[in-house]
Amino acid sequence: MNGPERLKETPSQTAGPYVHIGLAPGAAGFDIYDTELGRDIAGPEAGGTRIRVEGRVLDGTGNPVRDVLLEVWQANAAGLYAHPEGGGAVEPGFRGWGRAISDFTTGDWAFDTVKPGPSAPGTAPHITFWIVARGINTGLCTRMYFGDEPQANAADPVLNAIEWQSRRATLIAEPAGRDGQTVYRFDIRLQGALETVFFDI
Amino acid sequence: MTALPEYYPRDLARHPAALTPGYKSSVTRGPRFAPISLRQSVGEITGPVFGHGEFGPNDHDLIRNYATSGDAVGERIIVHGRVLDENARPVPGTLVEVWQANAGGRYRHRNDTYMAPIDPNFGGCGRTMTDDAGRYAFRTIKPGAYPWRNTINDWRPAHIHLSVFGASFSQRLITQLYFEGDPLIAICPIVQTLSDPGAVDALTAKLDMDATVPMDSIAWRFDIVLRGRRASLFENRPEGN
Repeated sequence: MNGPERLKETPSQTAGPYVHIGLAPGAAGFDIYDTELGRDIAGPEAGGTRIRVEGRVLDGTGNPVRDVLLEVWQANAAGLYAHPEGGGAVEPGFRGWGRAISDFTTGDWAFDTVKPGPSAPGTAPHITFWIVARGINTGLCTRMYFGDEPQANAADPVLNAIEWQSRRATLIAEPAGRDGQTVYRFDIRLQGALETVFFDI
Repeated sequence: MTALPEYYPRDLARHPAALTPGYKSSVTRGPRFAPISLRQSVGEITGPVFGHGEFGPNDHDLIRNYATSGDAVGERIIVHGRVLDENARPVPGTLVEVWQANAGGRYRHRNDTYMAPIDPNFGGCGRTMTDDAGRYAFRTIKPGAYPWRNTINDWRPAHIHLSVFGASFSQRLITQLYFEGDPLIAICPIVQTLSDPGAVDALTAKLDMDATVPMDSIAWRFDIVLRGRRASLFENRPEGN
């Protein structure tokens, strides 16, 4: 056999202002599919603590991005991903993936899930985010860590790979109690001194 | 957990930069700091899995999937191709989603106020899974070009937005497909965010007479390439990894 053939990856283009009709039509008020993907991240049978995550994406002027779409990908409470290479079987109905769109007026977004467990010893639990919108040329990848896991966060190799201590804080969502549920606040800043850390994965 | 083979690093020069001033929206929305490169762990080499049973039978047929009183208006087309990885292997069972304007260049979206009319029989989105050979196909109408607020007189070439998953979150990709021969491609500020000359060609669907349905629909061929995975040379793994 000769050397393996290599192709070049298809280039990215912005998702544009109307990404919602393609990827979250129901959430955008457009009734076309019987089942919209990405609305139930954990499913009813998942173990662990039910949580809510909410926030806004802010542009370089400090204004909320009101046409953003976020995808999240996470392990279950046992640290397992719903994938053949995810470490083991997860609860029926646990997908660990979901989508949220911002409110077209306020820019607020939110989703409900379970708090993930660490996927490997010495790592901190986190949720992976992928962010697309008009003006974002290639989807942005980041991670949300939990403010109530200070010891795990201090040991996490990814957080520790961020040279600037002040920038590590951009990935940590602080918890608050509301109606008996824990709500984590995660604002994502696209620019500025407090620009959220984005990852090339 | 043992280390799993990673995907090849993304060739960032193949993709647009975050800051592309000709596309004005990027100026306040593109990050300015360099992304931090990560060694992939289990969360990066895995991604969501979808099943064929999650989709409706017409989800890939944009001419019919929102129609109530007749087919969508416009030039009937088929868009098809394969999803491959950088190792030229097919990516089977992966989700491909599309969205687009109607034949007049209008999106069914509350924020689109262009004067071209909404087509009551056209929704503008579709989805399908690739088959065992990585093939996908949609039937739709050719979208119209439309003006947009960038400079006073910018027009988008006819295009279809595509979203593809692959087998891992590190392969996640959103892009746009253009149509061979469209003179608006070369002057589009969003196309011009690409600096690699081969990149624009890679986003241009080619007329495919062999897949055309005579007296019915013109076919366009568009192959998609996702990141490929390293072979792990020093351990025995099943064929295909």
